[in-house]
Amino acid sequence: MTATELLSGNEAIARGAYEAGVKVAAGYPGTPSTEILEALSEFKPEVYCEWSPNEKVALEVAIGASLTGARSMVTMKHVGLNVAADPLMTFACIGAVGGLVICVADDPGMHSSQNEQDSRHYARLARVPLFEPSDSQEARDFTALALETSERFQTPVILRTTTRVSHSRSIVAVGERSQLSKTTGFVKDPPRYVAVPVWARAMRRAVEERLPKLRAAACESAANRIEMRDPALGIVTGSVAYQYVRDIWPEASVLKLGWGYPFPDELIGRFAAQVTRLLVVEELDDFLEEHIKALGLACEGRSVIPGVGELSPTALRAARAKYEGRPAAPVHLRAENRDLPLRPPVLCPSCPHRGIFYALAQFDVVVTGDIGCYSLGVQPPLNRIDTILCMGAGVSMAQGFQKAGETKRIVGMVGDSTFFHSGMTGLLNIAYNAGSAVIIVVDNRTTAMTGHQPNPGSGQTLMGEAAPTASIEAIASACGIKRVRTVNPYELQETIRVLKESLEVNEPSVIVSRAPCPLEQGQPPGEALAINQEQCLQCLECLGLGCPALEHDEAQGLRINDLLCGGCRMCKQICPAEAISAKAAAQ
Amino acid sequence: MSVHPTLNVVLAGVGGQGILLASEIIARAAMAAGFAVKTNELHGMAQRGGSVLAQVRYGPVVHSPLVEDGAAQVLGSLERIESLRWANYLAPDGLAVVSSQVVLPITVSSGQAKYPEDAQARIRAAFPRLLYLDAVGMATEVGNARCSNLVILGAISTGLTLPAQAWQEAIRQSVKPKFVDLNLRAFAAGAALDGQK
Repeated sequence: MTATELLSGNEAIARGAYEAGVKVAAGYPGTPSTEILEALSEFKPEVYCEWSPNEKVALEVAIGASLTGARSMVTMKHVGLNVAADPLMTFACIGAVGGLVICVADDPGMHSSQNEQDSRHYARLARVPLFEPSDSQEARDFTALALETSERFQTPVILRTTTRVSHSRSIVAVGERSQLSKTTGFVKDPPRYVAVPVWARAMRRAVEERLPKLRAAACESAANRIEMRDPALGIVTGSVAYQYVRDIWPEASVLKLGWGYPFPDELIGRFAAQVTRLLVVEELDDFLEEHIKALGLACEGRSVIPGVGELSPTALRAARAKYEGRPAAPVHLRAENRDLPLRPPVLCPSCPHRGIFYALAQFDVVVTGDIGCYSLGVQPPLNRIDTILCMGAGVSMAQGFQKAGETKRIVGMVGDSTFFHSGMTGLLNIAYNAGSAVIIVVDNRTTAMTGHQPNPGSGQTLMGEAAPTASIEAIASACGIKRVRTVNPYELQETIRVLKESLEVNEPSVIVSRAPCPLEQGQPPGEALAINQEQCLQCLECLGLGCPALEHDEAQGLRINDLLCGGCRMCKQICPAEAISAKAAAQ
Repeated sequence: MSVHPTLNVVLAGVGGQGILLASEIIARAAMAAGFAVKTNELHGMAQRGGSVLAQVRYGPVVHSPLVEDGAAQVLGSLERIESLRWANYLAPDGLAVVSSQVVLPITVSSGQAKYPEDAQARIRAAFPRLLYLDAVGMATEVGNARCSNLVILGAISTGLTLPAQAWQEAIRQSVKPKFVDLNLRAFAAGAALDGQK
């Protein structure tokens, strides 16, 4: 009897990687990809797993492992693949020895991302195979298939999921760790592994020669199948969109593409010949549709299927009506909900980042922000981030603002993990090219937003081993920054004083705002506080902190929710009436 | 023999209320009863006090992990107005299970928005089949306020087709051994509301 488990898509990828003998795996945390590597690290020591400082490093680690013959894997979110694009493009030419799979998780609908890019384009750009599972069983199965394909055709392979594949759970038949990684050891062969022009030109030709072979294999692959039902309508689809199609067009014939690139032209042609009308249902870009039209086959797709935001059964029900020329069923609002207060994500109670935002609010400066929990500082009432672009840009963009002559002082803000990821190089640039920005590194000793993964400053690895703790102050000094200060952000007046000092001098500086994430520590910094209602002036100054434990509405006035309060005392420090104190004292 | 339909459950609430555990228990109970099952939930930024939504579908065959608008047999909400936010998922004859608990969003505390005072009346108007309960109070009575998710789950079970044994097995699989009894009690308190809707 086969064992079955209820697994998320991410857990199933990890399971597949373990069973297929992956020996080395690396990645950088990013929603919705993070749990792949976390789940795979449960299989230590048979699988070596690491959080690398960034995705480019992670891919290069996996490439090194592949060249020894070991099977390897790298994981990241869609924007992480942009960071890793450099090694991807050339390794696609050098080619894998041990199977190498690049897991990339897209985020249609941008549930927790800064853009909505469709990473399938990278497969075409690099001319490497693309696998797309539509549920957890396929996530496990395709991982093994991708590793085999990688070895057979000596190419890296992209395994692309989306939020709904990564974070949906379904029942998976699992097996044992079988095809053990054949580590041959590195065999010296410069023309094969050294991408200098004379040899890279040969590699380039090899990539073109590999493409038709991959195309033929995709046409034969079990990952691609034709499901013939009513021949009146044939739908070409893949990824989780396949599942929605089965619910919304249960009678239609389907060409289900699990191996989408190189496009299986012969299979597509065969399917098109068997159906009367052809419809392409794909999430985000018209990647398949454009190619199918280029083959000279009549089809529809983007004309009825939305290309912005994520698909859903509800969206496809409306798309079906449009495709059939019927009016969409009217949306009947079941409950009066147009005026419901929004419930955006918010910095946790007693989050140390709140102290630095409060300090920043005392100055008229431009704050270039970055990616992490502290991105939430853009929301009211904090309102203290002015730009967010991508990992590391909080540091680098500050230099551009200043060199362009922006009259306000520029403060760049970056988290510890993001500093190690790609903020360090921006800081080196500021020191080297005589910048004057104030860079604040909000150091909570963990990669908090994605669920507390350790980083080079945490003193611990993904494998649970002790590690050296990288010093942000020493790195800043080594870059050439002379003014480096460390503050405890829970001490508001001291934090404001240090920030003021740094803003007043015309030189680059770094402020490390250091306090561990209370959520990661598992305990709040102090005992819950309470408001003495007799002393409270109702000035509502404390609400400027944007703390979820401070609750206020007209009916009940101002109060502290003691289930939420972590006793960080920031509100106590700013209360002009000294009305906030330890709960026992206030009663 | 009639074919068992695909059953859809939508769970709403606020980050930290235990929605993901509740959805896992439904999924494991459906598995224990021999059904195919798919769940979906949003992680990431939703953990930071934002709205959280989880969906579970089970039946002989399940395709989409997402529930279509108007197709959920049961909508469970661990917070009062979150039931209104996600009301459109519920089928016309579906059962709504709503905790009376209020968690003020930061947008209310910071004065940008108002928490609707007539939420209760709106809930009664929107959901003809309704179990509106003080889940936190009931959980406190059985031993711990944090088990309100299991009280809601017990009430949800009255609108589904899974045998009591499957629920118990799923709860035992999903919570730490020392909390099993407490969670079973909370579930039973919710399940005892059967017939009051």
